[in-house]
Amino acid sequence: MVHSFFLSVTKPPSSFSLPLASLIPSLPSSKMVLSKTASTSDVSIHSTFASRYVCSSLPRFKMPENSIPKEAAYQIINDELMLDGNPRLNLASFVTTWMEPECDKLMMEAINKNYVDMDEYPVTTELQNRCVNMIAHLFNAPLGESEAAVGVGTVGSSEAIMLAGLAFKRKWQNRRKAEGKPYEKPNIVTGANVQVCWEKFANYFEVELKEVKLREGYYVMDPVKAVEMVDENTICVAAILGSTLNGEFEDVKLLNDLLIEKNKQTGWDTPIHVDAASGGFIAPFLYPELEWDFRLPLVKSINVSGHKYGLVYAGIGWVIWRSKEDLPEELIFHINYLGADQPTFTLNFSKGSSQVIAQYYQLIRLGFEGYQNIMENCRGNALVLKEGLEKTGRFNIVSKDEGVPLVAFSLKDNSCYNEFKISEMLRRFGWIVPAYTMPADAQHIAVLRVVIREDFSCTLAERLVLDITKVLHELDTLPATLSTKVLNASEEKKVKNGTVVKKTEIETQREITDFWKKYVMQRKTNVC
Amino acid sequence: MVLSVVQTAEEISSSAISSVFASRYVQDPMPRYRMPENTIPKEVAYQIIHDELQLDGNPRLNLASFVTTWMEPECDKLMIESMNKNYVDMDEYPITTELQNRCVNIIANLLNAPLASNKQAIGVGTVGSSEAIMLAGLAFKKKWQNKRKAEGKPFDKPNIVTGANVQVCWEKFARYFEVELKEVKLSEGYYVMDPKKAVEMVDENTICVAAILGSTLTGEFEDVKLLNDLLAEKNKRTGWDTPIHVDAASGGFVAPFIYPELEWDFRLPLVKSINVSGHKYGLVYAGIGWVIWRSNEDLPEELVFHINYLGTDQPTFTLNFSKGSSQIVAQYYQFLRMGFEGYKRVIRNCMENAKLLVDGLKQTGRFDIISKERGLPLVAFGFKDTNKSLAFELSKALRHHGWIVPAYTMPANVEHMAVLRVVVREDLGRQLVEKLVSHINGALLELDETTDAVPKISFTVEVKSSDEDQHHESRHDHEGSLHLPTTSIHWKQDKHDRIQKKVHISGGKTNGVC
Repeated sequence: MVHSFFLSVTKPPSSFSLPLASLIPSLPSSKMVLSKTASTSDVSIHSTFASRYVCSSLPRFKMPENSIPKEAAYQIINDELMLDGNPRLNLASFVTTWMEPECDKLMMEAINKNYVDMDEYPVTTELQNRCVNMIAHLFNAPLGESEAAVGVGTVGSSEAIMLAGLAFKRKWQNRRKAEGKPYEKPNIVTGANVQVCWEKFANYFEVELKEVKLREGYYVMDPVKAVEMVDENTICVAAILGSTLNGEFEDVKLLNDLLIEKNKQTGWDTPIHVDAASGGFIAPFLYPELEWDFRLPLVKSINVSGHKYGLVYAGIGWVIWRSKEDLPEELIFHINYLGADQPTFTLNFSKGSSQVIAQYYQLIRLGFEGYQNIMENCRGNALVLKEGLEKTGRFNIVSKDEGVPLVAFSLKDNSCYNEFKISEMLRRFGWIVPAYTMPADAQHIAVLRVVIREDFSCTLAERLVLDITKVLHELDTLPATLSTKVLNASEEKKVKNGTVVKKTEIETQREITDFWKKYVMQRKTNVC
Repeated sequence: MVLSVVQTAEEISSSAISSVFASRYVQDPMPRYRMPENTIPKEVAYQIIHDELQLDGNPRLNLASFVTTWMEPECDKLMIESMNKNYVDMDEYPITTELQNRCVNIIANLLNAPLASNKQAIGVGTVGSSEAIMLAGLAFKKKWQNKRKAEGKPFDKPNIVTGANVQVCWEKFARYFEVELKEVKLSEGYYVMDPKKAVEMVDENTICVAAILGSTLTGEFEDVKLLNDLLAEKNKRTGWDTPIHVDAASGGFVAPFIYPELEWDFRLPLVKSINVSGHKYGLVYAGIGWVIWRSNEDLPEELVFHINYLGTDQPTFTLNFSKGSSQIVAQYYQFLRMGFEGYKRVIRNCMENAKLLVDGLKQTGRFDIISKERGLPLVAFGFKDTNKSLAFELSKALRHHGWIVPAYTMPANVEHMAVLRVVVREDLGRQLVEKLVSHINGALLELDETTDAVPKISFTVEVKSSDEDQHHESRHDHEGSLHLPTTSIHWKQDKHDRIQKKVHISGGKTNGVC
C-alpha cells in the first residue's frame, strides 16, 4: 500500500469513477474492482528495485512533496546505511555493539515508552531505581540497610558528568556564599587525558578547567601535581578510572590521601569525582581489592557508562552520589508519581526507556559471576593480542596490563611510515583501528588503540594480528610514499619564503610528521 | 561417552531444558537492590523483565503524552538495525551523520530559514526538546554576555521572559545555567503568554523572549507575529537587541502543514532559533529533538566543538555525547516516506479526530472545552461543575478501562481550575475516539452514582445508670426482672471523604507534561 495505516484515504483516487465502486464503500479498496488500474499505478506490486524510487533522485535538503511506499523508503535508507562502517569491527570505541537477541526484543518492546512518564510507567521507573541501587552497592556506597541510593540514569557519561559537576559547583557556591566569600571563579582540576565532555562542562557551565600536563611514559594524572594545583576555588578534582588513551587507572587512593592532608592544612573541603566511564564495570570484577570508589571518604560522586563495559547499546550512563548531602536540593525537580515523591535531576527530559531496561536485563541476567567472566575473557583476549603484537617485534606497548582491557601500541621505528598509515591500511581489511596523538606534553607520541569488547573473541584477535603483520609487510616493501597534500603544503612554504631550498630527506620527513600531528591534534580527545 | 555427566539437583532444575515457568528462577526471590551473585539463563531474564513490565501502562492508550507510540514496522526494523551504532562516531559512521545533516536542512527549510542556495542550515539533533532548549538558551546567554562585555556593562544578571505555561525544562535551564526566569502570569480564559505584557517585562538584561507554539496546556499557539512587532518597536526605542526563541516542541510539525499562512517562524526577523520535538508530531519514538538557528551569527563560535571527520570539519554542539543513532535514522525515514503530503494528511486526520472528540464531549453537556479549535490536535476540558475533584475522579475512572487521561491543575492565577487533557496522536483513530467518548459517558454515570454514596453513621452508645436507678431498692435483689438502665445514643453523619489524586509536577508547577 502506498499509504500508511493512519493515512486513511479520504479522497478516492481519480480513476475511481465507476458508480459500482461508490455503491459499495465497504470494499477494502477500489483496486479489487479495477484490476487494470491497479497493475499500472499501484506501485506496491512492483519489487522495490523495479520501482521508480530507486532511480529518481530524492531531494536531500527539502522534504519531498509526496509520500513513497514504506518498502521503498526502508530499502533506500537501509542501502545507504550499508556504507557506514560495521559497528562490530569498530575497535575504536568502548561502546557496546552486541547484545543477546532476548534483550534486543525487550528493547524493541520498550522503544515507544517515554522514560519520563513516571506516572504512566511505574515499573520502568522502578527498574531504573533498582539499577541505581545495584550500581551503588557495586561501588561500595555507604548505605544503610533500607536506605535508597542517590543516583540517576542518564543518556551517557557526558550528561552524568555535567550533572555531577553542576552539583559540585552549586555546593561550592553555597559554601562560599555562606562564608561571605566571592564565588565567581570556580575551577576544576583534571589530568590532560580527560574526555572532551569535561571541556564541554567547563565551557558551558563557566568553570575554569585546570589540566595537569602529562609527560612521556606517564600518561595519566599525577596525583601530586594535581593536589598542588588545588586552590580555594577548586570545586572538585576529577580522577579517571580507565584513561581513554591507554586504559590505565589513576591512583585515586593516593589522590585521596594527599587531598585529605591538604584539606586539613588549609581548611578547605575539596572533594573528588571519579570518572569511571570505562573502568567502573571493570575494577569491581577484576580488581576487587583496588580502592578507588566510595570506600575512599573524599569520593563524593562517580559516573559510569552503562553503554561501555555495562554491556548495553549506546545511550545509557549513570551517576551515583555518596549521600543525599552531596546533591544540593535546589537542583532537584520533584515529580509526584502515584502518590510517591520521585525526585529527578536530568538535563534531558523525554527519551526512550529501552536502554534502562536493557541495563537491568544485563545486571540480573549476568549477575556478578557473569560480568566477572566476561571481563576476564576480555583481559585474556587483550593478552593474546598484546603477545601477538610483541612477537612482531615492531611495536612498543603503551597500555598497562592492569586497567581497562585495551591495547595501545606505537611503532618502535616510525621513520618510514607512521601509525596513521597502518590505521588507514587496516581499514581495507574492514578493521577500524584509530590512531591518536597523546595530549599536550606527550604529543609527539602517536598510538594505535584497540578496545577489547566482549564480542571481540580470541579468533578475531589472532586474525587482527595476522592482518597487522600483512600490513607491516606491505608497507616494508613499498617505498615511503608521500601524500600529495603534504607535498603541496611543504611546496607552498618554500614559495612563501621566496627561496627554493632543497630539503634533505629527514627534513621532509619531519614536516610530514608535523603535518600529521596538526591534523590529529584537534581530534585528540574525541575518543569514547 | 561412557561417563554420564553427573549433575547436581540444582543444576538439573536450572538447565535450559525445563520451561521458564518450571524453573526455580520464578520461585526464588530476586535481589532488588543488589546485583545477583550468579548468572541466570537469558530466557528467564527476558521472561522476568517482560512480565514485570506488563504492569506498566499501555503506551498506545496513554493519551497524556504527545510522544509518538507507533511507527511502521519497516521503520522499527531500521531502528533495531542501527541501535548499536554510536551517533557521535562520525568518523566511523559517515552516512548516519549525513542523514542527520539532511534532517536539519529539511526542517530548516520547512521553518523558512533564510538559506542561500547550497548553504547548509545551522542546527543539531538532540535527545529531546529539553536539550534543544538548553542549547538555544546557552547560545543566547553567551551572545548576550559577549555583547555586554564588549560594551563594558555588567553581565552577571541575565534573565529570560516566558509565559507561565512553559514546560518545566525552561525552569531547569534557568536554574542550572543561572538565568532568572521572568514569567508572564496567565489569566482566566487566556492561557498563553500575552505578548504585550511580555514585552513590558523585557529589560536590558533579557537574553531572549521565549514564545510557545502550541501551549502544553491548551494547545493554543501564541501570537509570535505580534510579539515580534512589539519587540521590534521596543528594540528600536531602546537600542537593545532582544531576540525571540520559539519553543515549537509540539507545534513545529503542525503549523507548517495545516496553517501555512501563519507567520511564526524564521519569516519573522527577530526569531533567531526554533526548537522542535521530532518525537512529538515529527512522528518518531521518544528520544529526538531538533534546534535550528537562523544563521551562523546566532550561534557563538566558542560553544561549538569541532570534530574533524574524514578530512571535513564537523562542528558539534550538544550536551550529550554517545547515544544510539536509531532515532535519527527513523526521523529521516519519516521525512522520506511521508513527504509533505503525508504529514499534512496525518495532521489533518488528527484534527478531524480531535473535533469528533470535542463534539462527543459537548453532547454530554457536562464539560467546558478549554482548548481552541485552532492549534494542536488536543482536547482540554474541565467540568462545568466547580468541584475540582471531579476531574481527578474521572481520570481515575477512565484508568479502569485502560485509558491514561491525566487531570492537571492550571498554573498560578488560574490554579482553581482542574482540566483533563487528551492528546490526539496519529494512532488514535476514529474508532478509538468513539470508544473513549462512550467510556467517558459510562464513567460520568458511575461518578453520579458514587456521589450519593451511603452515608456513614457512627453511633456512640453510652451506658450509664439513671438517677432513678441509683435509688432503686431492687438493685440488690438477686431475683426478679432486669432493669435496663437508660441508654442514650448520640449519632452523627460523617461527610464521606473524597479521595483524589493530585498530580503535582515539579514543585507545584503543572507543566511537567510532555
